[in-house]
Amino acid sequence: MKAVTGHRLFWPAAVLVVMLLANLVVTPGFFSIQVRNGHLYGSLIDILLLGSPLMLVALGMTVVIATGGIDLSVGAVVAISGALACYLISGQEDQGAVSGVLVAVALALVLSAVLGFWNGLFVARVGIQPIIATLILMVAGRGVAQLITSGKNINVNSPPYKLIGGGYWLTLPFAVIVVAVVVALTGLAVRRTALGMLLEAIGGNAEASRLVGIRSRRLIVLAYTFCGVCAGIAGLMISSNISTADGNNAGLWMELDAILAVVIGGTALTGGRFTLAGTVLGALVIQTLSTTIYTTGVPPQVTLVFKAVVVAIVCLIQSPAFRAKVFRRRARPAAPPPASPAAADVEVNA
Amino acid sequence: MPGAVLEMIGVSKGFPGVRALADVDFRLFPGEIHALMGENGAGKSTLIKVLTGVHAADAGEVRLGGDRVSVTGPQHAQTLGISTVYQEVNLCPNLTVAENVFIGREPSKAGAIRWREIRRRAAELLTRFHVDVDPGVRLGACSLAIQQLVAIVRAVDISAKVLILDEPTSSLDRDEVEQLFTVMRRLRDDGVAILFVSHFLDQVYEVSDRMTVLRNGRLVGEFPTADLSRIDLVGHMTGRMLSTLEQLHVPEETARVQAEPVLKAQGVGRRGSIAPFDLEIHPGEVVGLAGLLGSGRTEAVRLMFGADVADSGTVALGGKPVSLRGPNIAIDHGVAFCPENRKSEGLIEDLTVGENIVLALQAANGWLRPLSQAKRQELVGRYMTALRINPADPDMPARNLSGGNQQKVLLARWLITQPKLLILDEPTRGIDVGAKAEIQKLVVSLAEDGVAVLFVSAELEEVLRISHKIEVLRDRRLIAEIGNIGSVTPEGILEIIANGTTS
Repeated sequence: MKAVTGHRLFWPAAVLVVMLLANLVVTPGFFSIQVRNGHLYGSLIDILLLGSPLMLVALGMTVVIATGGIDLSVGAVVAISGALACYLISGQEDQGAVSGVLVAVALALVLSAVLGFWNGLFVARVGIQPIIATLILMVAGRGVAQLITSGKNINVNSPPYKLIGGGYWLTLPFAVIVVAVVVALTGLAVRRTALGMLLEAIGGNAEASRLVGIRSRRLIVLAYTFCGVCAGIAGLMISSNISTADGNNAGLWMELDAILAVVIGGTALTGGRFTLAGTVLGALVIQTLSTTIYTTGVPPQVTLVFKAVVVAIVCLIQSPAFRAKVFRRRARPAAPPPASPAAADVEVNA
Repeated sequence: MPGAVLEMIGVSKGFPGVRALADVDFRLFPGEIHALMGENGAGKSTLIKVLTGVHAADAGEVRLGGDRVSVTGPQHAQTLGISTVYQEVNLCPNLTVAENVFIGREPSKAGAIRWREIRRRAAELLTRFHVDVDPGVRLGACSLAIQQLVAIVRAVDISAKVLILDEPTSSLDRDEVEQLFTVMRRLRDDGVAILFVSHFLDQVYEVSDRMTVLRNGRLVGEFPTADLSRIDLVGHMTGRMLSTLEQLHVPEETARVQAEPVLKAQGVGRRGSIAPFDLEIHPGEVVGLAGLLGSGRTEAVRLMFGADVADSGTVALGGKPVSLRGPNIAIDHGVAFCPENRKSEGLIEDLTVGENIVLALQAANGWLRPLSQAKRQELVGRYMTALRINPADPDMPARNLSGGNQQKVLLARWLITQPKLLILDEPTRGIDVGAKAEIQKLVVSLAEDGVAVLFVSAELEEVLRISHKIEVLRDRRLIAEIGNIGSVTPEGILEIIANGTTS
């Protein structure tokens, strides 16, 4: 039992399962998945599809947080990436041309990478605190996105582009496949090479890492660049899903959801040890919560409060210190204070 | 003798996989300085943590003034009259001395803090303990010793029955230790019971009245200090006689091949930290750096590694001039560096023991060329066995190791890279006698294999025991270089430090 509850993914997974079960109680058909026109349909699939952009953004955020940093600009990068792609596609004579879409997507991703690289330079080379360095792009980025779209929403009508965020492939939503591939590749890149260990070392103790000869600067720049690309892909998905680039609202406040997903997943904001699987679970928890709010018909004026309450509870359950306190209080009446071994055991293990 | 102010009877405490304390009895009388002795991992810290309520005991009881108490936390311990001052001072360096003394219990009137009152009372307290410091000065601007004394004054003013001093002297120099001891004796004469933990045997013998010795979580015995010889004490602590220590001879001054020096520094210095100096180290040579705390020992060796960048002079590594702009460059040339501050500059506590050990090699290889799982296990296993790192579990978080074992992990980390020059800054500070002897032995055998070692230590005996050549520093200046021939004594070196001349 202890081996299960002690696993670092136990709590995020448990929270997700509880939320899904709660939905099942309210909406009996919640777990049903049907095949329509060769596509999978169902609430669970919806959660995966709608949660895809957040999973990507949070994935990049995890790597940045592991280095002891944070990236507030991801929401802005989401907007910029979508804006540039839609702008380029809308300017083409044949919006349905695959080659044109590919070029637009590639350029949008290159720009996202450049923006992430820019953040990385500020943090690693110039030595600005991450929260300030990325705040610059968070504020300026929205302006850049509006500049690209000239302050209006750009609508596109391009079936190939629509595939990215709204299409299906092999019966699954294409976006979900993209997320699965990116998560798998990232997992391989950090755990099959020494990248993960070195990132954790930098986040765990920057000065010790310097003295052990880790070239932290380039690894930090790499992490921010990767984070930018992830946000870029998410931006493509969001704009593709609604076939519109909205420089104002696309990815708005997404950085906060992403940070929350990372924390729910079990990666500490102080840097060091990180878990990609935990972050994916964390992002799904947040998306499930949003879906729950819609399906259970929580009145719109209380949604934010409802969400905040649930998030607060999730974070408390996640906190070992809080659990220790709750368990201790429960253990006390059962075993009187003069530390019987059983009581002490609970305190140590909880 | 009056009754014990504090008594522990049959206290046991276990952690998963470890029995930290087993059926330990402990007594502390008012008006005594009582030393708690034992190697790292003997259970000293656990005993203190049980006393202060950080850990709850699994069995046994704690009595305070004859009454059974159950301490629930440091705060509670303090209200009961048990105060602790740790090695790292837990005060706020950005506040003044007076504010630190009264922080959290400021005298106030109608909700407003009475600043004048705070300053007046702080000044009174400091004078009473002969601590010579202006209460209006920022604590961070004071020396570590003063900070420690301020912490003690604060602790004693809050509650004055039992005072626990955990390694208070490990970063103080001789004068400062004297100052601390004066305050300790004064408190003892006032009837305070003082529990004192230190790795320095000299200090324990100088200041303590009685001692309790622990080994492997068990009580070995309680002795009046005057009745226990040092040899017996070390025997009790380690459970074996001092064979390893005695096996180390003063290294013979064989004619080492006057090969190309591994490191040759000329006029290297850094403004505000160390005056320009020359230094040469040959393969197989151990060069010791002696000097008081703050004499520039650490500053000097950091320049040799590129941890700080010199603003004058030239360094040649293996005969080639090198610009040491950062640690990477030194590492690429086969230099390794174990910093003085294990926790903040060496170990990465989040990572496992195994990861910490392979870190330097992996950093040199770059992230794209990871060590294979098999290679990694082989290397980690080999060095953990060779250095006797205990517990021998490479997957354990490094933070859970004791100080001596953490130091061995750092040594293993660099030995794997097969360095030509190994710089060790206080490698034996704060670790127990057994591990200390092992590390000294290791340095000697590395030198026999041709590795050059630059060795910094505050203990002159240790420097003399293992180095071929001794560089003496004073006031951030290298003032003498002496060959370690039989006639050199610690007193001789002290004289050079004191008078600044070679005798």
